[in-house]
Amino acid sequence: MNLFEQFHRLANIYFVGLAILNFVPVVNAFEPEIALIPICVIMCLTALKDAWEDFRRYQSDRKLNNTPCFIYSRKAKKFIERRWKDVRVGDFVKVICNEIVPADLLLLHTSDPNGVCHIETSNLDGETNLKQRRVMSGVCISDPDFEPESFNSLVVCEKPNNNLNHFKCYAEKPDKEKVGAGIESLLLRGCTVRNTDHAVGFVVYAGHETKSMLNNNGPRYKRSKLERKLNKDVIFCVILLFFMCLNGALGHFLWLQALPTVPPYLVPDSNGHLDSPGLSSFYMFFTMIILLQVLIPISLYVSIELVKIGQIFFITNDIDLYDEATDSRIQCKALNITEDLGQIEYIFSDKTGTLTENKMVFRRCSIMGTEYPHKENAVRLAVLEESEAEENVLFNKRPQPVKPRWSLDTEDTNFEDRQHQHGSHRKSKVAGNAQSNVAFSSPLETEVIPDRKLLQRISRAESSSRSSRSGSSSSQNIDPYLDFFLSLAICNTVVVSMATAQRQRVNGFSHSLQSNNPMDPLSNMPKKSGYFSNIFTSWQRKPNRNRTISEDSVVEGDIFNLPEIMEEPGDINGLRRCSLYAPTNSDKPATTSDNLSYEAESPDEAALVYAAKAYGFTLLARTPDSVTVRLPSGEDLVFEVLDTLTFDSFRKRMSILVRDPITKKYVLYTKGADYAIMELLGTPYAENLRGIQKKIAADTQHHLDCYAKDGLRTLCFTKKVVSDKEYKSWFVNRQRALAAIENREQLVMDTAVQLETNLCLLGATGIEDRLQESVPDTIMALREAGIQVWVLTGDKLETAVNIGYACRLLEDEDLVINMSCKNKLTCTSIVDCALQEVRRYNEDPRNVDTTPDISLVIDGLTLNMALSSDLQDRFVELAKHCRSVLCCRVTPLQKSSVVKVVREKLKVMTLAVGDGANDVNMIQAADIGIGISGQEGMQAVMASDFAISRFKHLKKLLLVHGHWCYTRLANMIIYFFYKNVAYVNLLFWYQFFCGFSGTTMIDYWLMIFFNLFFTSAPPIMFGIMDRDISAEILLGVPELYRTGQGEGEYKFSTFWVNMLDAFYQSLACFFIPYLAYQGSDIDIFSFGTPLNTISLFTILLHLSIEIKAWTAVHLIIIGGSVVLYFVVTLAYSAVCVTCNPPSNPYWILPRQMADPMFYLLCLITTVVALLPRYTFHVLRNSIAPSPLVQAKHLDQLDPSTRSEYIKEWRSFRGGGQVKSSRLSTPPSPTLETPVGMYPQSPTVSDIMGDEFTLNVISENYQRHLHL
Amino acid sequence: MMASSYNAKEEDGHHSGASSHGAAGAVKSKKPDNTAFKQQRLPAWQPILTAGTVLPAFFVIGLIFIPIGIGLFVSSNNIKEFQIDYTGVDISSPCYSCAKNFSWNSTTPCVCYVPFTLNQSFESNVFMYYGLSNFYQNHRRYVKSRDDSQLNGDRSALTNPSKECEPYRTSDGLPIAPCGAIANSLFNDTLELYHIDSNGTSNPIPLAKKGIAWWTDKHVKFRNPGGNNNLSVAFHGTNKPVNWRNPVYELDPSDPENNGFINEDFIVWMRTAALPTFRKLYRIIQKKPNTTPTLPSGKYLLTITYNYPVLSFDGRKRMILSTISWMGGKNPFLGIAYITVGSICFFLGVVLLIIHHKYDTRNNSADIPN
Repeated sequence: MNLFEQFHRLANIYFVGLAILNFVPVVNAFEPEIALIPICVIMCLTALKDAWEDFRRYQSDRKLNNTPCFIYSRKAKKFIERRWKDVRVGDFVKVICNEIVPADLLLLHTSDPNGVCHIETSNLDGETNLKQRRVMSGVCISDPDFEPESFNSLVVCEKPNNNLNHFKCYAEKPDKEKVGAGIESLLLRGCTVRNTDHAVGFVVYAGHETKSMLNNNGPRYKRSKLERKLNKDVIFCVILLFFMCLNGALGHFLWLQALPTVPPYLVPDSNGHLDSPGLSSFYMFFTMIILLQVLIPISLYVSIELVKIGQIFFITNDIDLYDEATDSRIQCKALNITEDLGQIEYIFSDKTGTLTENKMVFRRCSIMGTEYPHKENAVRLAVLEESEAEENVLFNKRPQPVKPRWSLDTEDTNFEDRQHQHGSHRKSKVAGNAQSNVAFSSPLETEVIPDRKLLQRISRAESSSRSSRSGSSSSQNIDPYLDFFLSLAICNTVVVSMATAQRQRVNGFSHSLQSNNPMDPLSNMPKKSGYFSNIFTSWQRKPNRNRTISEDSVVEGDIFNLPEIMEEPGDINGLRRCSLYAPTNSDKPATTSDNLSYEAESPDEAALVYAAKAYGFTLLARTPDSVTVRLPSGEDLVFEVLDTLTFDSFRKRMSILVRDPITKKYVLYTKGADYAIMELLGTPYAENLRGIQKKIAADTQHHLDCYAKDGLRTLCFTKKVVSDKEYKSWFVNRQRALAAIENREQLVMDTAVQLETNLCLLGATGIEDRLQESVPDTIMALREAGIQVWVLTGDKLETAVNIGYACRLLEDEDLVINMSCKNKLTCTSIVDCALQEVRRYNEDPRNVDTTPDISLVIDGLTLNMALSSDLQDRFVELAKHCRSVLCCRVTPLQKSSVVKVVREKLKVMTLAVGDGANDVNMIQAADIGIGISGQEGMQAVMASDFAISRFKHLKKLLLVHGHWCYTRLANMIIYFFYKNVAYVNLLFWYQFFCGFSGTTMIDYWLMIFFNLFFTSAPPIMFGIMDRDISAEILLGVPELYRTGQGEGEYKFSTFWVNMLDAFYQSLACFFIPYLAYQGSDIDIFSFGTPLNTISLFTILLHLSIEIKAWTAVHLIIIGGSVVLYFVVTLAYSAVCVTCNPPSNPYWILPRQMADPMFYLLCLITTVVALLPRYTFHVLRNSIAPSPLVQAKHLDQLDPSTRSEYIKEWRSFRGGGQVKSSRLSTPPSPTLETPVGMYPQSPTVSDIMGDEFTLNVISENYQRHLHL
Repeated sequence: MMASSYNAKEEDGHHSGASSHGAAGAVKSKKPDNTAFKQQRLPAWQPILTAGTVLPAFFVIGLIFIPIGIGLFVSSNNIKEFQIDYTGVDISSPCYSCAKNFSWNSTTPCVCYVPFTLNQSFESNVFMYYGLSNFYQNHRRYVKSRDDSQLNGDRSALTNPSKECEPYRTSDGLPIAPCGAIANSLFNDTLELYHIDSNGTSNPIPLAKKGIAWWTDKHVKFRNPGGNNNLSVAFHGTNKPVNWRNPVYELDPSDPENNGFINEDFIVWMRTAALPTFRKLYRIIQKKPNTTPTLPSGKYLLTITYNYPVLSFDGRKRMILSTISWMGGKNPFLGIAYITVGSICFFLGVVLLIIHHKYDTRNNSADIPN
């Protein structure tokens, strides 16, 4: 049970308790029936909300439960159509293509001859690439017609758990042979079957035991910091209530004691007996509780929920947080922590896919120690980046018929290249919407322009190998260059899908289906978007094609064409172009590689396959048992895949064991992180190369380091020829490991490690992962906002540092502490040293006004030691002084522990942002988890509280929405407390004049209405819509974000100051009318009516002082409340003659409204009540304006002056006079130290102190400006 | 330059936009509406409370409040009021013996005479009040101890009063009409006023007993059961409240229209006072049509039929003579309050003016960089 619901229940108990108290005759203050009204209203609201949600859930449940599916009936001996709800464990279920799997099925049979079933798991983890599942081997005969009756094994599987990537089971055949099966044979409920006609499975888990259901643990609940504080204040309210009631009881006791005899106004009970003073004051205590119950702001919780719904509505509707490319808005998954967005102090960010695009681009490679820089590719990429900006203009240019673009002999290719790239980029942009969702393919990945030297080298190698092969068939040496590209193409888990066999998407992209038809009439073309580019490319292509056909090097020509032709299947242009080309493409087999589409689990793999393809090594097909690769020569090689040693984060590499179709040798291709590979290098690649092997390794390492410095992701490729004997012995081990049910992962991994030894290095690749747009800008802004940004990445130190510089996390002038040590001792000493250094720096009087620009770079191993319990404190303190921290080589677990340590030790608000499954821990550990719906599936998004699509959205989300949500909610809550206290205290003061007997001078109906209707809408509207500072200013001046950090606006003192103000106001509202009516013939309700009216005005005008921006909505709601009050009260007092017995407000308000005294009282009381607050605001704003007020001044300048102003101010900061990290207030406002509204806690004054120093600097700045 | 890029956009929209439009048609874009409301860009007035902006408000408040205050003060001072305490606490007090010997059940009325002198003459209509102190008519249980339906003439409520009236609901097995503690404790002193002219003869001053209750109370809220004819029949089968001497239909022997629940003294009493010290309108001394003052200055005699005990709870009884103005009775408080608040606002305005001059100029220069 979450705490919120608990509190809800507590609130309800409080309500019920009060209601019951009301039914006790001796204590009741009101008519018991009437006392039930507020609880009924609130419960009805909640019930309505819940009922609506339940109804929707019920409907979707019913729909799901009644989905048809085919279950094998033993009676009918065939599959008959039943409903999902009929699925039981042990049934055989047949799933047809594009159907959703109704339960967790152990795959027994598929229509695919290889026993493969493709599934799409987007319902579970959002990943849209196809995954293969294999029939459980050896249990059934995979004949075309599967007979469930023939299945006679006993299936034993583990207990249901929620791990989607893990499953263990074995089937015991009648002959006691055990066959193991894992996740690769399990079809999970919720997945969709694709590319497979039908599949039959055995239900192992059904209903709530399925893995997807076990994963589905309801909406996340987090309690915001503000709410935690709020609860504390509610407890203070309870204490206050207690004392007020005690006061009432005591007062009543003393009053009774002071009476000499029984006066006529003391009413005895029905048998004429009067309670003793003690007893009646005891009762009075409870009466007071009922009377003053509003002091506990139960309705506040309902209001907060409403406000948050409103805030989320506005966040999700923000057009700036909408991403065109993916057509996605920001998603708010956690509904109740919006205000925490305004209090973040630490951001922990993943690198890949978060700061970067996670669109991998093959940039460079190093083969056998030789570097191929791919300059052209680099140029192309640079141009592409540019073209994004100039796109519109460029498109307008007339395409010119051009010379062959790429050829080995033309040197000056740049211009054409540009032209072409703009064209093709345009195309992809047009189709972008459909494309981006399908797989990892952007123009960047798919189009790799080969390095010329390398191409020559390959064609040479190939011809030589061909000749050598034809010359002597026993030749063992394939050229390492060819091997390198083979390994690029083979060593992966990329699934190939044909464009023609494009899987159907259930939702969304139906329009792309239409274009799948290659026969799409050409006459349609001019209407479609790609008209220009289409013609354009075809013009280009034709001469090119002709040339390649005519020239001897067919291969090369094809290579050049492939990248452009290679388009996403959904892409209209690509397909249409294919159809255009069909006639000319006579030199190729029917299956052109044009309409291949690769679906990879990680974008790196896709990038590598595309790179290999660019060099002519086209991956054509992949089944569990074979890989088909087309060589540059056009020859198709089918490699038999013997085993795939999948990637795991421990080994950091993957291998694939194939049998070379030509040499019939067992070859193991391994790729992995350089440090995971380098130590496994063994015998040289070939004997004739033995001498230089060492050198190759060293050269490659050197290149790798260079790549890493450039921020590229590096991978090493190796090859190993495994002898028959070695393979056989290993295979036995492997089988044993696979069949094991205990400890299987470990065993499987061990076998993998056994085989991956003595590798020979082929080369390395460098893949670029570009920074997302405006990442440096966003990081700068966040840092100016006083947020420390940490980057936690699994990448290499060099890569990470490089990216750190690129995104301005690290600055050139920074002092970078690099912590990378092997043992704890050095680690300790480094931490101590650094800490001393930092402390000394801080203590140095000369450095009072500067903070050291220290950055910490730490690697995973060291981090482990630093986070150990004894070093933890020191590390955290060091980190606190650092401007930025970069952790590299960290594991997901470390990520979350870093977040936890910082969060707990420093007591700060943390935010974690990431996009991959490896960030899930971190996202869950932080106060706010933000998922980026990027390339790596949806796990991060699923675990997150907010899901955004670009890193840059973080800026507006935090700086604008965070600030707004926080200030709005904080002010709303404070106001709510104030409102209740101010109103209830009127009753309290009255007790002093009615012998503490619990009389109310306001009609109870009106009291209820006062809280339920007259004054409830304005604060909610205030909480949803108030806008203290415009978004432009908040974005332009990130420093304003600091106001929400730490204690923020909702301080403890704020609460009490407001309470005091509420007391004062209630005193004014009570005693001014009291003194005015003293001694007159006023009756109770004639006295209460002006009080009620006055407090309505006071409360609403108080809100008006707090409202920062008045819109029409504000006016209507506040005006409406006043009108509603008068209409309802007048109607009530005109109609109700005897309806509410003791109070009887008949004709009171009309009579009062005919009396000028009423208006005079309303006027003066409201003024007196609000004067202090108003004056205080004015004085503070004039004498010592807070940064927020200064920003408001800025806001009122006309937009051009304002933007100029902000720009000037920013450029000045960037100009180096003040380091960019410096916290600074806008120089505009005063030079005074901004003084907070209330006494500050030390942490806040720290910040303020900094601001003070900055103001000194800003003074210089101004002088500078005036010069 | 601008034109060309604009053109380009047009072209772009025209040609390449076609497919994306098609896409948008097939798949509903999730793009949020770009409206001022959803983007939180509604035109807003953003006042900043600084000395400069609010200065006028303070002066205006000051300038409005001070005249109002003076007006209120003057009109309050013009109200003439005379009070006399006749409780009889002191031995010297004429009502001392009546107060001492009181009991609710005594049948012989105790009369006392209190002479007093008016130093000023009362010009307009004079309102005669009785005032009670330390009488908690606002006690919660007391306030509730009534039955409004019964008072409204409801027959069933007459014979079966509400439970709220307990223990004054029935007596001797009969329902009490009017029931409840409020009615039971009806103020029952009779006050008469005599003017003693210069030659020593005392002339009774005519006291109007009509028009002292709210019109709505008299005509809507309070009604006699079964109309106003023959009240003794209408109230047959009910008992009088315990403390009363006469039944409800004999409250005013002189005027049959003023009997039963619509007796104005009774209605006034039933409108429970807000504060423990209160006054209630008793009689009105109408201004005579001729020019002589309603109550000329001189000697008067107040004759009290002393029935109502207040000493048991340390209460006091007063007789009040007062003229009233548009703002009600005499109460200088509001006038003083207005004057004070107006002065404070004016003072604050001056302070803010100084502050404005000291701080705001700098603010302005800093705001707009050159």
